[in-house]
Amino acid sequence: MEDTELHTVSFKLNGHVQVLQVAPRRSLTHVLDQECGMKSARVGCGQGDCGSCTVSVDGVPIRGCLLFAVQADGADIRTAEALADPAMLAAIRKAFKKHRAIQCGYCTPGFMILAEYILRNALPLDQAVQTLSANLCRCTGYSPIVSAVTELLALRAENGCGP
Amino acid sequence: MIGRSVDRLEDDDLLRANTRFVGSLAFEDMLHMHVVRSPYAHARLKTVIVDKAAMAPGVIAVWVGNDIRDLSPIGFRRVPDRDLLQYRQRLMALEELRYVGEPVAIVLATDPYLAEDAGRLVAIDAEILPPVLDCEPRPDSRSEPLLRGRNEIARIEKGYGDIEAAFAAADHKISISCQIARQTAVPLETRGAIAVPHAHAAGFDLYGAAKVPHANRQELAKILSLDIDSVVLREGHAGGGFGVRGELYPEDVLVAFAALRLGRPVKWIEDRSEHFLAINHSRDQMIHLDAAVSEGGVIAGLHARLATDQGAYLRTHEIKVSDLSCAFLPGPYRIPAYRATATVHLTNKTPCGTYRAPGRFEATFAMERMIDAIAAALALDPVEVRRRNLISAAEMPFERKIEATGKRVVYDSGDYRQTLETAIEAFDLPELRRAAEERRREGECVGIGVAMFVEKTDTALHETVRLELASDGKIEIVTGTSSLGQGMETALTQIAADGLGLPMDAFRLVRGQTDRIAQSGGTFASRTTLMAGSAIHEASRIFRQKLIEVSAALYGVTTGEVTVHGEGCCIDGRSLNLLQLRAALDTAAPDTQLVAEADFSSGAMACPYGVHIAQVKVDPDDLSVMVEKYHIAYEIGRAVNPDLVRAQLLGGAVQGIGGALMEEISFSADGQPLTISFAHYVTPRTVDVPAFDILVLEDWPSPTNPLGLKGAGEGGINAAGAAVAAAVEDAFGATIAPRRLPITPKSLFDLLARTDSAHTRASWPARQGSATEWDSHFRNAADDTSSFCRGINPAR
Repeated sequence: MEDTELHTVSFKLNGHVQVLQVAPRRSLTHVLDQECGMKSARVGCGQGDCGSCTVSVDGVPIRGCLLFAVQADGADIRTAEALADPAMLAAIRKAFKKHRAIQCGYCTPGFMILAEYILRNALPLDQAVQTLSANLCRCTGYSPIVSAVTELLALRAENGCGP
Repeated sequence: MIGRSVDRLEDDDLLRANTRFVGSLAFEDMLHMHVVRSPYAHARLKTVIVDKAAMAPGVIAVWVGNDIRDLSPIGFRRVPDRDLLQYRQRLMALEELRYVGEPVAIVLATDPYLAEDAGRLVAIDAEILPPVLDCEPRPDSRSEPLLRGRNEIARIEKGYGDIEAAFAAADHKISISCQIARQTAVPLETRGAIAVPHAHAAGFDLYGAAKVPHANRQELAKILSLDIDSVVLREGHAGGGFGVRGELYPEDVLVAFAALRLGRPVKWIEDRSEHFLAINHSRDQMIHLDAAVSEGGVIAGLHARLATDQGAYLRTHEIKVSDLSCAFLPGPYRIPAYRATATVHLTNKTPCGTYRAPGRFEATFAMERMIDAIAAALALDPVEVRRRNLISAAEMPFERKIEATGKRVVYDSGDYRQTLETAIEAFDLPELRRAAEERRREGECVGIGVAMFVEKTDTALHETVRLELASDGKIEIVTGTSSLGQGMETALTQIAADGLGLPMDAFRLVRGQTDRIAQSGGTFASRTTLMAGSAIHEASRIFRQKLIEVSAALYGVTTGEVTVHGEGCCIDGRSLNLLQLRAALDTAAPDTQLVAEADFSSGAMACPYGVHIAQVKVDPDDLSVMVEKYHIAYEIGRAVNPDLVRAQLLGGAVQGIGGALMEEISFSADGQPLTISFAHYVTPRTVDVPAFDILVLEDWPSPTNPLGLKGAGEGGINAAGAAVAAAVEDAFGATIAPRRLPITPKSLFDLLARTDSAHTRASWPARQGSATEWDSHFRNAADDTSSFCRGINPAR
């Protein structure tokens, strides 16, 4: 329990370099929420099961609650507040709203991160559904989220923007 | 605006994480609370040694039960029987530990990690006792002081009609035993609370409130001996409710106590393992039914015996769930004679409370399983048995002649037969069945299940709302009801916009702030749209009149020359928006308040109802059940926002599919919880979700309120257990009858293994058997996870 020694951590958060002094046992989610003011960084279980804490680290969705902030040193982190592609972020927001993919909204940022990953990698629908099953939602019954992502994938295919 | 599926007002903030979930809130000088919990299911508590913890880094205070002896336990919101008050839970344990997770000590520290570190230094010296883990009577139990020699603490009796005569005259007596496992809601946000003491007087603001802020304010003030106005509850965002979130729990009182004592803000955020130990559990009922049935499948009498494992204490909802099960078990069926006896049992498990469709998910499961059992026994179509027993439209409003939690059960309106036929046609049930049968012939294990249900929208408490022209020109809709994700801000604003004839952006909804409105019943039992919506409907009528009068006076015209129009009003041909009107008022008559308050109460509950049809496929190798398609027809009277109603039904149904197939909280033989994470408590994921077809019907507006509304929140989950179980039964060609939820692969394996010997099993004891005889049979059934206990005794 003696881990009060602080370590310097530097990562890129939503395009801006952050330099922080953190204790080694702080989770990335706690640091993003409490030190960096990212309200989308939320703990749902702290055990890696629910995915409410999902953030994008070097382009891959990860469980922020299972990563110590010190492990993110040098990483490129994106949260649901500011995905890398603003047009894609706007499209995801629009589709989630249109398909009623939000109820209480607690899990929503995590699902937005998954949606962005699915779109960026143009995953086929069955893989997209599998990917979305990484996270838990207790309100919507998921199918509105799947509908939103399905529509986004279709729009993406129409617009012909491949990776 | 009523009836339109407009976009949700809530979504932009949620999509931009412009949110006020309690976990992300912080206050200057804030301390963090950690709760040290009982590691034992049952023990005599000798001492709690806190010296080491108190010396640990960052620790400001450590308190145990003895330090707050004078604080009374959290009370019931209604008191059904004063005798039950003795079973309330103390804020922290004193002499006895009664479940794993019971609060024993609290640590206050400058940092949440340090508080938890110090918590590990608290030593609990206790003498371990054998736990009580089921509903059996235990005369020799060492827990006698708690359990009065047996763990049954309450008995509920309801009924009407001549049940003995019904059984004496019946062609058949059909009996089934059903069981619904212990489950809970698991909202994605765990609980949390921050108490911020007031600077110059005794009192505090409590953040993290939800569901019933006004009731909780009153109880907090009472326990902490404060003036009610010095306790202010503040709701921000809440990450799901489903009945469990927002009840008053020991932790809420403890943060307030600590904040008052230390004069600093105190924050507590539950972790997920704590959540599984500490938040209300629910379900956990055994229901045995005997039906007196005619040759044609008509039920002449129904005798229900229920046993609820309530956990270690009675919380805010006391024994209400068992009461609701008894009251709503007859469902949409006429059933001329009915008798229900429910026993409530204390055990060394987490206390239970309400969870979405409390008592009804359980009761509908048992009742619908009975209808299917009658159909199987008499070789009738299960849909036809339903038809023959449904209450007819001519009998509406239907007086059930029993009470639910002290209120008469009257089904307000509807045509159950019509809705059933509408569902059969809309979802093409004959084709669903034909296709399933064909797939079964080809070797697949596919089945269709039908279930019906009656819900209730609670109107037990009245509801006050206020409309008020704010300084920025918005009309504030002030309500004490609560946003739990259901979209109530949108629905209530639609009702206000409709009532005033102004666009939705003319309004701002203020919710869950107890210093902004004097009264509210809160958000539960699907009541918010009906109760707050009806009050808003009336308030908007008053506000409209006042708006006209004030405008007329301001401009020296008659009221006839003012119309509410556009974005404000039109005065003698001149358009004025609300901001301009506010500015004009501020100049000419600054004391003029444009405010309208209205209160709505209703003597009668509204009863939405519906039909669920499930299609399942069972994997022959691993016996996992996949729900392929799910259909819901739901009569809501009038849908304020049909998309939001569908969203409630869909989300509820998926939660119900979890309850039907996956979710179970279990304990080891020594009372240790085995379900303390989402890895143990399996809930549906994307891959488990079926295709949905949802029909929102508005054929029968409720006569209980001016807009004809019925609630939306619980119709999706209510019959899900029943429909899925019926579909599984059908998938196996009715060779098995699943009567225990959840239907896991293991339970199906056991059921199938017993199929051969099933018909030779002892049938249920003859009707009117003694309690002891029945208890022993119930116990055997409970031990038998297959619950395959159908016995058919011709009554004559």
